[in-house]
Amino acid sequence: MSKLRPPLNAQDHVFGSPDARIQLVEYGDYECPFCGRAHAISKAVRAMDGVLFAFRHFPLSQVHPHAMRAAQAAEAAQLQDRFWPMHDLIFENQELLEDEHLLEYARQVGCDVDQFAEDIDSDAVAEKVRADFLSGARSGVNGTPTFFINGERYEGSWEPSVLLPLLDELRGAARELR
Amino acid sequence: MALTAGRQAPDFALNTTPDQRVSLRDFRGRNVVLAFYPADWSPVCSDQLPIYSELMPEFRRLGAEVLGLSVDGVWSHLAFAKTRNLRFPLLSDFEPKGEVARSYDVYRKGEGISERALFVIDREGMIRWSYVSPIGVNPGADGILEALEGLQPGRKP
Repeated sequence: MSKLRPPLNAQDHVFGSPDARIQLVEYGDYECPFCGRAHAISKAVRAMDGVLFAFRHFPLSQVHPHAMRAAQAAEAAQLQDRFWPMHDLIFENQELLEDEHLLEYARQVGCDVDQFAEDIDSDAVAEKVRADFLSGARSGVNGTPTFFINGERYEGSWEPSVLLPLLDELRGAARELR
Repeated sequence: MALTAGRQAPDFALNTTPDQRVSLRDFRGRNVVLAFYPADWSPVCSDQLPIYSELMPEFRRLGAEVLGLSVDGVWSHLAFAKTRNLRFPLLSDFEPKGEVARSYDVYRKGEGISERALFVIDREGMIRWSYVSPIGVNPGADGILEALEGLQPGRKP
């Protein structure tokens, strides 16, 4: 079974308590329609206690021409501590990912837009997205979205009606072990 | 059974465009990743090959070139590579059909297509790693990356 490499670390965008017994990591592409549907999982999980959610970029830029830029936009927002609002806004507007739209989303989530416009072109931001992509390739990601539960690739269906009850069950089991 | 590590990789010369031929021998001195896949346009292949395309900078860093191979004709390959923006050549194992796939022992006779099979070939033309994926499963790139990392100078074989 494929393992998450490297494991979650300080470079990751995590939502939830680091003490959570269940860790769900998604590799996603902002222009991928399947990831757009899977965004419901990310939103639901972030509202669940006892589950930590993390997102890593896996933009297939040759197929999705806006995916890389959108990932860089999320990273640029991260530098102003606005990753999650930007992440949500991008997924909610997957059809509108030109630079003018990304700048507008940055404004809407409260970024300093001049700073954002500078950061989105920075080497550091490009390098972070690239590092996420490579970590996915090394972890056996073969399409998006791919999920890892507690560091192991999840092979089942990611339909919210399947994955969310499973996470709830795992969470319950983890609680009983305490 | 696909050819396994330790065997010399059978040479071949196949068309990648109507007037351009590529042979394995051209790549002596480079590592080569051969990605046999069943067909242009199939959903799984359409996910698998773009990942390799995206990884080209990393493959190059590891001294490797990538060649995709299927029994499709050159015109199908050209159209497929164009829509997916593939950054490596697709070779047409078209006439005699599947001959190269047969020489690597990854041809599915009943269906007339190749397995979804990966080979990593070293600078001297030796197969160093191979893997046959279930036909409907995208094998991703982790196995290839690991095999290529094992071939880097200074690493024990």
